[in-house]
This record gives sequence, structure tokens and C-alpha cells, in this order.
Amino acid sequence: MAGLLWILVIIYGLLGFGVATDKTEITPGLALDLAGGRQIILQAQSLDGSEIDSNDLKQAVEIIRKRVDASGTSEAEISTQGDRNIVVGLPGEPDEATLDLVRKSAQLQFRPVLYVGMPQPTQAGPVGGAAEGADDIERPTPTNPSDPAWITVEVDAQFAALDCTNPENLTNGDLGDPDKALVACRADGASKLILGPVELTGEDVSTASAGPTLNPQTGAPTGGFEVRLDLTGGGGDKFRAVTERLSQTPSPRNQFGILLDGVVITHPQVTTPIPGGKAQITGDFTLKEAEQLANQLKFGAIPLTLELLTDDHISATKGADELRNGLIAGAIGLLLVVIYSMFQYRALGAVTVGSLLIAGGVTYGFITLLSWGLGYRLSLAGVAGLIVAIGITADSFIVYFERVKDELREGRSLQSAVEHGWSRAKRTIIISDVVSFLAAAILYWLAVGSVRGFAFTLGLTTIVDLIVVILFTHPTLVLLARTKFFGEGHRFSGLDPRQLGRDVMYKGRGRVATQTGGAGNAAERGAEGLTLAERKALKAKTRTQSDAGAAVATEEKE
Amino acid sequence: MAGLSNWGNRLHSGETSYPIVQQRKRWLLISLGLVAICIGILLIKGLNPGIDFRGGTEYTLSEVSNVDTAIARDLIKNELPAEEPRIVVVGGDSIRIQLGQLEQSDILDVRQKLAEAYDIAPADVSSTFIGPTWSKDVSNKAIQGLVVFILIVTLVLTAYFRAWRMAVAALVALLHDLVFTVGIYALIGFEVTPASVIGFLTILGYSLYDTVVVFDKVKENTSDLTSQHRYTYAELANLAVNQTLVRSINTSVVALLPVAAILFIGSYMLGAGTLQDISLALFVGMAVGTFSSIFVATPLEVVLRQREPRIAKHNEDVQRAREGGKSDVVREDGTVRVGALQPGHHQGTAAQPRRKRRK
Repeated sequence: MAGLLWILVIIYGLLGFGVATDKTEITPGLALDLAGGRQIILQAQSLDGSEIDSNDLKQAVEIIRKRVDASGTSEAEISTQGDRNIVVGLPGEPDEATLDLVRKSAQLQFRPVLYVGMPQPTQAGPVGGAAEGADDIERPTPTNPSDPAWITVEVDAQFAALDCTNPENLTNGDLGDPDKALVACRADGASKLILGPVELTGEDVSTASAGPTLNPQTGAPTGGFEVRLDLTGGGGDKFRAVTERLSQTPSPRNQFGILLDGVVITHPQVTTPIPGGKAQITGDFTLKEAEQLANQLKFGAIPLTLELLTDDHISATKGADELRNGLIAGAIGLLLVVIYSMFQYRALGAVTVGSLLIAGGVTYGFITLLSWGLGYRLSLAGVAGLIVAIGITADSFIVYFERVKDELREGRSLQSAVEHGWSRAKRTIIISDVVSFLAAAILYWLAVGSVRGFAFTLGLTTIVDLIVVILFTHPTLVLLARTKFFGEGHRFSGLDPRQLGRDVMYKGRGRVATQTGGAGNAAERGAEGLTLAERKALKAKTRTQSDAGAAVATEEKE
Repeated sequence: MAGLSNWGNRLHSGETSYPIVQQRKRWLLISLGLVAICIGILLIKGLNPGIDFRGGTEYTLSEVSNVDTAIARDLIKNELPAEEPRIVVVGGDSIRIQLGQLEQSDILDVRQKLAEAYDIAPADVSSTFIGPTWSKDVSNKAIQGLVVFILIVTLVLTAYFRAWRMAVAALVALLHDLVFTVGIYALIGFEVTPASVIGFLTILGYSLYDTVVVFDKVKENTSDLTSQHRYTYAELANLAVNQTLVRSINTSVVALLPVAAILFIGSYMLGAGTLQDISLALFVGMAVGTFSSIFVATPLEVVLRQREPRIAKHNEDVQRAREGGKSDVVREDGTVRVGALQPGHHQGTAAQPRRKRRK
């Protein structure tokens, strides 16, 4: 009992603190299917048919989160589910642009830099494409990807118009045609660039890492940080060819633009040809910046595409309706269980009701706390799990009460029956709850979609059931067994030994209580509460009084 | 409730006893037959997959004042002539429209137009797009979950009951419940949605839960089996089933009541939805689960365990004692009265309340 009190005090104390300090609310957070919003489930597909690495998936989630955060959507929930699904939940009515951010795969491109300019829009680009009469400008055919001839009149006009001081242009740019030139902003908005055709893609990168820059001669750290790029075999060969060309080209065309989702994340200079597929990008990086760049490179290298599995658009009205109906269903279910237990177990039913209410209180507290601490969201399937759990929780009490009744039938006193019944029922309740919990845990572990919410509440209520039956129901019954009402087996106590087929109940100190069956026999009725000696005398008296057919007043046990 | 209570008393003492285990061949054959029929229906008729398994687009319009499905039908005909919409009114003021797989732009377009046609806010139109591979994912996970669950549970139960045969019997009862429930789904043609799959998977837990409670009593009754020669293993197991009968009934009623409440609310107030799908599967599964824990699990458990040399030998001993007239439990008509000979024999000091040690 004290343990349970502590649990309740801790749960609601924490909750009270959270509510008082405005950190959480007194109601649990609702999942999208109840609160309304947009839920998208994406499935990662590897390009080469290989297994999907869980780190890759996490990385993908990280990138999607960044994209969504950058778009200003608040409270987006993005998580992995199972080993290849990504669930994105967006509250309210997100616009299509936001959704596109989510659905798109990350694209890493390596393009040679053709021109670097100031971020502001200009009158004309390097070729003057935006100027009047630009249509007359003749452009030669480009000979290699670094050829400025890629800057056509259109590209030039685009470049002139591009405004890299506008934050909208700093995320999720146009990927462009891989075989043509592209204009793009630097991710930090410091400059805008014209880039040649794609030379390498994310597929050519095997991995990237960040670390301190080492002095090539001494091997001692120089104090700066660098990003190390590892290319695949084919990628390394291409990279060598490209760097050979770039190192021969004058600045700024000796630079290499690395684009993630159409935005230049870095454009390092190439000073010498780089063979062997390993490159270092050094610069004025902090460790954090270097790590971020490495992560971006890695993510671009993840051979994943995201396929749309489901796209749910849930109206808030429908969600509210479903929640209301779920709660009504739960209330009706609870009421029916209460009525049935009262009918079946009489006063003992009150213990069931009390236990159910306490279980409800503990569960509600847990869910609200989890909603605060771990960001758990109650879904419709979760509500269904809670309602189903009413029956399964009540069953623990039934198993227990039936055991106690069995013990009473065996002829034990109530207090002893409660003790013995408990020691047996405890084992049954524990093993069956273990099985139930296993089912919930496995469902949770493996499940996708709404199954998880259901499994979660089912598992939680199984644990709560154990807590309540051990810390509340049993102690309560022990206490009640000492009362006169239950201890003497009142007719409405639900534990009346006479109704359980025990005519005689040993009451201790040589006294027994008997069934007041033979109506009209005063001696018999009075037998209750007599001492052994009195009873013997009474028996002798009745025997002499009546011959055959007189009921034996009391049955004596050894 | 005195009637049920009295009945419980007689069941407990063995005064009234249903020969469920004795008639195990009959019950197992009936169950086998029913399972065969279920499998037959499944193979011939198959399940009715919901939209989540077919893939497609679904719209739900909430709080519609005019639930005329013709409006939607005409609209879809104009907008997407290639589609064959399934349109139903659910729960009085909602309309559900199911279409094939649409393009992203069409989904939004149709949503907007539906909202206009029914004069409701676009926010009141829910749309769901389900890709073609989603269902494969759900089914794979469900099967994976089933396999892992069965393996772990076999281990746990074998460890707890110290008899792998008990675990096997419990699992067979479990599979019986699953096949039966799915069979009923195929027979009646209920739509199978991911929510129904949740329901099916929950049956796993519930069915086992129920069986474990019965088996626990069997285990208790037969714990001192070889130290007595009055009753056979089968007879004691049957006593256990009878003794837990009242509990089984109470449990089923209490477990089914909330589920029935959801089913009722789901059907009459909201139409088909997650709640209704889960509760329908659970309702069928729980009812079947109660049946199987009594009529399938225990009889099968007895069939299996009688093969254990220890129990087989004990059986022979009991039979020999009875033929030799040494047994005091055979009634005049040749039947055996299983149960305590004198109900409520003295419990010794065990009947005394335990001394509570103060902390």
C-alpha cells in the first residue's frame, strides 16, 4: 500500500511540478490520428539492393528533420520505425512545399565551379545575359566541364536574378540537369556560384569523417580541423581525372563545388591532382563545422531512396470525434465491468472497482509523464489498447478472488484463505501477465504504424496491473479480511462461506459457525458463537429431545 | 448469483463434473474439423483486404450535413473517369470514399473539390494515400512478430511449467484461435485492415493468457500425481478445467464487455474505423480463445502428456488398483468421482492465519 502511495505521489508530484512550471500539460499529448495533421511513412530503399544500415536510416531522419526545421514547421515528429521506415508527422495543415522537403531523397553532387559572385541580385552575370540584346551573344560549345562556355545566356540570366540573401534560396535548391550548368547559392548565403555539369555524385563517395588537421611532415596537429573524404574505386579514378584538370585551371575555376540538395555546402580549391580516392578538405573549420560537413557528405553518400508508403491527411474534426467515441466506449466498458463484478462478487466487486480506478489513475499518470518526458503520443489504437486492458486487468482480480473462494471451499478461514489464495494466485497472475507483456513487447518491437501505439498501452497496462494487484488489491483484501463484514462472511460480502458450500466454518478458539439451514430450530440458530463445551451440551440436549429426523445442530470437525 | 456460485461449488468439489478431458477425442475432432473448414474457406474464398492492403486513396468527410453519395460519385466521374469509387456513409454524418492510387496532385485536387461539393472546410476532409508496398510491410512484420512470439513463449512456458508438452498444447490452442478468427473473417467477409491485424496479434496474448490460467490449475492439481493412486492424470486435469470454469466464464465476460462496448460505439457512432476493426477481431478471437482454452488446450495437453513415461506408468498403476477393487473412488455405475473425498478435510495449522511479523 505504502509502495503504491509512493508511486502515485511521485507520478503526480512530477506531473504537478511540470504543470505548475508550464513545462507540460495535465493531459497526454495526442498522436496525429486524434489531433489531426499529416502523417507520412517513407520506406528507405537501397539502390543496390543491399541491407539498410540503421545508421544510414538515422542519418536520413536527421537530414529530413533539418529540412523540416529550416522550413519553420514546429513540432514535427520524425522517427524511424522498424528497420527501414521513416515516419514523419506534421501537425495541422502543412503546405505542399514542406511535404516535398520530406519526401525528397538527399542528392549530393560534385560540380566544377565556373564563376563565383556576390550573393545579391545583379544587373548582369559574367556574360551579360540579363543585359539587353543578350540574345545576340554567341557562346562556343564547351569542351570540358570546366569550360566557361557552359555559361549560356539563360544561365547567365538566372545567375543575375538569383538572390542568395533571401533565406528561402539557401535550402533545397533546384538539382538542375546533371549535364548542364547550374546556378546555386552557398549554404551560408555568402556568395552565389555558377557550376559546370555533375562530375561525381553521392554514389561515388564511400564515407566521410572529420578530424584535426595534421602537419604532413611532422604528423602533429596544426590546431585546425579537416574533412576527410573517402571515394569508392570508380569515384577515386574520376576524382583523379577531375583534380588533374582543375589544378591546371586558373582561379576561381580550380574549385570544386559540393552540392547537397542543390545548395553548395563547400567549394574547396584543388591545388594538386589527388590520386587514390582520398581527399582532405581543409579550411577555417571548427570541429563542429567539420563534423557537420562530413555528415552532409556521408548522407549524400547514403545509397537510399525514399519511397512513399502512406500519406495520411487527418482532419482534426475526425480525430476529435474518434477520441470522444473512444472515451465513451471506454466509459461504457468500464461501467459494464463494474456492474458485472458487483453482481458477481458483491462487496468484493468494490475492491475490483477500486483497483480498476487506481490502475486507471496510475496508467493515466504514466502516459502523461511519458508524453512529457519521452514525447509519447496517445493514438487511437493506444486508446483501444487501454479499453481492452480494462478486461485484462479485471481478470487478475477474478483469478485472485476465485482462488480465495476455492480456499474457502476447502474450509479455510477467510484470513488464511486470503493468504493461501494469494500465494497461488500470485504465480498465476505473474506468469499470465508475463505472457501478455511478452506479446505486447514483441508487437511493439516489430510492429509498424498504429500497431505500436496499441502494443505500448497494452504493455504499460500489464505492468500497471501487476503493480496494482500486488500493492493494492491484495493488501486491501488482507485488511478487509479482518473486518467483521468480510471476516464473518456476510451474505453480501461475496465471500460468504455458506454460499460457497461450507456449512461449517471454523472460527477459532474451538468455535464454529454453521449454516442456518434448518429453519425453525432455535438451538441450531443459536449455535453460532457458542463455545465447544456449550455446543456439546447443546448437542446432547437435542439428541435427547428428538429421536429420528432431528437435524444435527452442528457438525463437529476434528 | 447464488446459482452460479453453487454451480461453482459443485464444480470445485467434483460433485458436478463435465467430462471434457474424457471426451477429448470428440472435442479435438470437432476442433480439427472446424479448423479444416476455416482453412478451406480461407483458401477458396480468401480474405477481403481493406484499402491498406490493396493500396489506394481514401477520403473521409466529417460532419457532412447532406450525406448524398451521388454528389461524390458525380464528382469523381467528372474528375477521374477511370476510377471506380467505393462510397459509403459511415456513422450518420461522415462519408468515406475509396479510390485507386492517385497522383499526389490529384489527391489534393479531389480533396478540395469534395470539400466544396459538400460545403465543408477542406480541413474536415481526411485523406489517406497508401502505397502498394505498405501492406507487404505490415504483413511481413506481423508474420515476423508471430514467429518470434511463438519461439519466446515456448521457452518461457516450457521453463515455467517444466514440460514442453504443455507449451506445445498452449501454442496449438493459440494457432487454433488465430486460424479460427481469420476463418470467420473470411467467411463473413469483414475487411482486413492493419487494425484487424493488431486485433489478431492481440489474440496471441489473450489466448495464451487464458490457457496459462487453466494450465496453472492443471499443474497445481497434478503436482503430487505420483504420490497417490486414486486418480489418473487425465482425471485431475479434467477437475482443473471444471474448477476454473467459473473463472473462465467470468474472465471472458469481463474481457468481452469493454470490447463489445467499443464494437457497439464503433458500429453505431463512427462507422468502420480503427476502434471497430480492432474490437471486432478481438471479440471473435476472445470468444474463440475461451473455447479453446477449455476444449482444445487441456484435452490436447492430456493427450500429449500421457505419452510421458512417468504419467503413462502412473495411469497403468491407477487402472490396476481400480480393477483390483482397491480404489475407493469408483461409483457403483463404474464412473469415477474425481475431487476431494471429503470436501474440506482438515488443513492442520495451515488453516490458521499466518503470524504477521512486524517490521
